[in-house]
Amino acid sequence: MIARHQTILFGVLLAASVAMGAVLWQLRERAHQRLLQGEDSAPTQAPEVAPAEQATLIVANDADSSLLSQVQTLPLPKDQGARARLVLGKLLDLYAAPDAAHPVPGGASSIAQVFLLPAPNRDAGPATSPSPAKPSEASGPQLAVVNLTGSFASSHPSGIEAEILTIQSIVATLHANLPRVTQVRFLVDGQPRPTLAGHADLTRTYLATDAVPTEGAHP
Amino acid sequence: MGPLESDRRFYPPPSQGGLIRRLCLALASFIVALGSIVAAQAPPVPAAPQPRFVVVLDAAHGGDDPGGKLDTQAEKAYTLSLSVKLRSLLNARGIQVVTTRESDTNVDTNRRAEIANHANAQACLSLHASQTGSGVHLFASSLPPAPPTRFPAWRTGQSAFITRSLAMAGILNSALQHAGIAVTLGRTAMPAVDSMTCPAIAIEIAPDRATDHAAGSAAKASLDDPVYQARVAEAIAAAMLEWKTEVRQP
Repeated sequence: MIARHQTILFGVLLAASVAMGAVLWQLRERAHQRLLQGEDSAPTQAPEVAPAEQATLIVANDADSSLLSQVQTLPLPKDQGARARLVLGKLLDLYAAPDAAHPVPGGASSIAQVFLLPAPNRDAGPATSPSPAKPSEASGPQLAVVNLTGSFASSHPSGIEAEILTIQSIVATLHANLPRVTQVRFLVDGQPRPTLAGHADLTRTYLATDAVPTEGAHP
Repeated sequence: MGPLESDRRFYPPPSQGGLIRRLCLALASFIVALGSIVAAQAPPVPAAPQPRFVVVLDAAHGGDDPGGKLDTQAEKAYTLSLSVKLRSLLNARGIQVVTTRESDTNVDTNRRAEIANHANAQACLSLHASQTGSGVHLFASSLPPAPPTRFPAWRTGQSAFITRSLAMAGILNSALQHAGIAVTLGRTAMPAVDSMTCPAIAIEIAPDRATDHAAGSAAKASLDDPVYQARVAEAIAAAMLEWKTEVRQP
């Protein structure tokens, strides 16, 4: 049997908690209204349109295992990392086209990110000097880390030549548009991967000088 | 002086030292005589024994790693079939062969290099196949040449053999072109080849396509064409025979 005074106390506390909840709901609604009233939906900064520039794409051709230079006009942003990603995206769009000379599915969305870092000195080991605030604005040679998507790697045609042509065209295109990029490394979904599609080594650092198209390599 | 005394004077009884001397002389004359008989009967001794010539055939992929998808089969099956065919051709030419796999088994990249390095081979061929491109693609390691060392690093062991690998690629190129097969030469980084301490080449076989590839014309010979397979295998075997001659030249 519950005492009468305890029943009254429970009722009062219940009524107080309901009242407090109602007050809090009211306060929340008022704050939300204030926020909406204070928000200015007018644009504060005009959208920036990157000027169109000429970009050099080094395009692979399976027919004769060659790398050919192709100039295209693209709106290139000033930021070096964004510029690298856009140029590589355009290159992979060419490969994803139905009549591509080096067909690789995926297109521009296959490039997840491109990071630009100060290139380590290959003779003296990794760079030990302090990194600048913005690595992409450093004056020395750069290492580009290209992060590919897993779907691109898994759908890439398997074969030594096909994989090497893709890698060399990416490396050469980066160097052609960002001459300070001298070394390139690859990640897939942010992780190191042994090979691109079962053959070409993705764990090593590729040098831009090795990817320069040469005529002597063909029969 | 009786006759007996005379005998005693001219034939004194042999002492123990004299007996040993006589035995030694007899033994020496016996050895000399035996040596002259053996020398007269034995064939002439060759100047120096010929070094063993071993070729390692590495059929790429296998087991749960099918490799690339070809027209009618996986790359792992194609490379194994080619390896078996090549082994027969090389054995028929008196060349000893070591294979990295004989069945559809998964062999680790490092294990392949270990097998090749333990074989102390004069040629290591990594066999691949692809639907991309045309003819046969020959790839040497892209490692820079380096002088041989007693304990080479694992993933750069091939650097001491680059010059010989490129020479072997030249012989393979000539043999394949002589057989009317288009060849593409290149250099690349491949973990298995980079760790091999022998002249090593990755051979990738693609369909023999028509010259006008851009027009999309059909392949002259697909990978499954037995005549094309036989031409490629014969050319590789001929190249190995020529490489054997090259290796044995002083």
